[in-house]
Amino acid sequence: MDVVFLSRIQFALNITFHYIFPPMSIGLGLMLVIIEGMYLKTKSPAYYKLTRFFVNIFALFFALGVATGFVQVFSFGNNWAQYSKFVGDVFGGVLAAEGIFAFFLEAGFVGVMFFGWNRVKPTTHYIATILVAIGAHFSATWIVIANSWMQTPAGYKIVGEGLKSRAVITNLWDIFFNPSSVQRLTHVILGCWIVGGFMLLSIGSYYLLKNRHLEEAKRAFRIGVIVSFITLILQLISADDTARGVAKNQPEKFAALEGVYKTREYTPITAVGYVDAKNEEVVGIKIPALLSILTYRNAKTAVPGLDQFPKENWPNVPLVFQAYHIMIALWGLMMFISILTLIFYRRIQRGGARWLLWITTCSSFLPLFANITGWYTAELGRQPWLVYNVLKTADGISRSIVAGQVVGSLIMFICIYILLLCLFLFLLNRKIQIGPLDHDEEDSLYTNPH
Amino acid sequence: MAFEVLQVLAYLVLCVSVVFYCILDGFDLGVGALHLFSKRDEDRRIFLNAIGPLWDGNEVWLVIIGGALFAAFPVAYAVIFSSFYTPIMILLAGVIFRAVAIEFRSKVHSASWRSAWDILFSVASIIIIFCVGVLIANLIEGIQIDETGLFTGTFWGFFGYYPILVGIMSISLFMMHGLVFLLMKTEGDLHDRIRTWMPAVMTFLAVFYVIVSLVTFFKAPHMVERFADYPILFIMPAIAILAIVNTPWQVHKQNDGWAFISSSIAIIFLFILFGIGTFPIMVRSSINPELFSITLYNASSAIKTLGVVLTIVAIGIPIVLAYGWYIYHIFRGKVRLDSASY
Repeated sequence: MDVVFLSRIQFALNITFHYIFPPMSIGLGLMLVIIEGMYLKTKSPAYYKLTRFFVNIFALFFALGVATGFVQVFSFGNNWAQYSKFVGDVFGGVLAAEGIFAFFLEAGFVGVMFFGWNRVKPTTHYIATILVAIGAHFSATWIVIANSWMQTPAGYKIVGEGLKSRAVITNLWDIFFNPSSVQRLTHVILGCWIVGGFMLLSIGSYYLLKNRHLEEAKRAFRIGVIVSFITLILQLISADDTARGVAKNQPEKFAALEGVYKTREYTPITAVGYVDAKNEEVVGIKIPALLSILTYRNAKTAVPGLDQFPKENWPNVPLVFQAYHIMIALWGLMMFISILTLIFYRRIQRGGARWLLWITTCSSFLPLFANITGWYTAELGRQPWLVYNVLKTADGISRSIVAGQVVGSLIMFICIYILLLCLFLFLLNRKIQIGPLDHDEEDSLYTNPH
Repeated sequence: MAFEVLQVLAYLVLCVSVVFYCILDGFDLGVGALHLFSKRDEDRRIFLNAIGPLWDGNEVWLVIIGGALFAAFPVAYAVIFSSFYTPIMILLAGVIFRAVAIEFRSKVHSASWRSAWDILFSVASIIIIFCVGVLIANLIEGIQIDETGLFTGTFWGFFGYYPILVGIMSISLFMMHGLVFLLMKTEGDLHDRIRTWMPAVMTFLAVFYVIVSLVTFFKAPHMVERFADYPILFIMPAIAILAIVNTPWQVHKQNDGWAFISSSIAIIFLFILFGIGTFPIMVRSSINPELFSITLYNASSAIKTLGVVLTIVAIGIPIVLAYGWYIYHIFRGKVRLDSASY
């Protein structure tokens, strides 16, 4: 296996594992702002307990997010040195802004949020919580801007030749507001909020099922139901916007999403199916003209197929197709669950509809999978480019590393991640089993350890 | 502003980030290196809670160094991280395990669980410090990079005796720094016991400081050339030595705060020595130092990017320092364990 392939696997592994945690801290960050806000408004002890409980959960996600995030900062230089030299001028400014404006804010005030209960006033603590949530959102903003620049580069020019060529800034605002950054950022943030909503829904349901912490569970469940429903609806609007943006800015990727090989009028959408890459066709249940309607608001207009583009610039169509369709199917499933929770809301609050509580308890991983498959769609869809239409992935690799080194680090990362994942699940489960406690109970937990 | 001025300014920003990282993360890494010297669970919890609210923010400086290198000196970023591939992977493993150990140790009340994480925390801290020392020593000595910036050396080539000595000296330096920090954060019996560790740590540091200084003359004579040209610069190593000597003296006089300042000054001036010796080279080529080395002039990004980066720094850093100070202010004073502790 060659260095490029191994490095791509390693990058995918690192970023996938990392991306379990940021959506949780972004989504849960917003949830904490809501819950702690409700506590300050109502002074209800249930909200206080919920806040402390979710701050504990947040701490777990945050620790793992930071630990796995370090890898990302270094990984560009480690495995993608040519790429780093090429984009450093453009990308570096964005990353520096991320570090200074976002990560410092989050990492700094997290200390107050976790440890400040007995040291600062409740309103000060709340401000710290808000700043942590803002930091998490800022962080996502800068990272998505950098990634969007790779999807739809703008505001740059290329200087130098061969190994020395690199992109330099011509217009900073064009880099920040490149054609896809705003719509993609909206899509990503909403994806994270859905994760937060389902987190509350799931944990609330679990306690309702177990008849424990009922006061807290009902409140968490209510916030979860409302937030999930609203964010899922908003995500539909954002998805439409994002997809049409892809159609406009990255037509090869858009064709690969639906496996459109041949350009023809009344382009269909495949609800479920698979790509027969050899015969260049999609087998499955098709809805005629729907893709044309969704893309151009006109049934007749043809969506440009892959036949319009040179074959060496096609992404891996079957992978992109499935990642995209799984993401959408997951959205459908979540929407269905969300509507059920609205229909049976009253019955659940009275202690009924336990079958639905089982479903919602198990549903917390659905939005995470949807987030990850969404990123796979975006990143695999950009291939074979690292920077769309500018730099090929294979040309971005570090020249000094050899396959053996990457195999070694890959094995190291796999071992570390398996260990971290086991620990994470173990500790998450423990925290959930202990559940929300009030101040005195937290203190007694400390003096009389379980 | 002239391009060179921006380049040098960006280089200074990078140096300041490195110094901040070493002073701030230095004390929590040093606490990690000392962690196993205390046997009681309660003491170890106090150690962890002394750094608890702060280490996250401190480690961000490492991210800033990575980001600043990427932004302002993409060529240096690319060459350093791809050349030092395997040592950096080890460093990363250390960073991950250390973060995880700090967070997870307190979550289960079992002696074996805790001692496993204690060992991991301490070993990871030592490995991180050692790797940073080895990296710095290799940047001083030079590594095998050719005219295109391609690294042609081997992994074991990074571990000559000079890098190993610098790595060990770094451990002793940060142990001193962490010890002084613990003195500020503890009281009573534990405080007195930590104080008794000071002579051992200082002896450790003194021995390796002298050895490393002597070996530098032979292994990296270019580091002292500039001092020969400008003898006034000898004031810098003099201050570094004075600061190191002053640290145990302040500890002896029970001025823990001053001891911490003194130990921070020692670290700052050791880096100034490094800067004077290497400037303007960022990655020295041992194949041809004159022609193949990566300097801050040939590694930097274009003038516009440097302008952007420096603007971000000028706006952002005062804000960061202000709330950083505020957070340190909230968590000032001696550690007391409560329900929010590790």
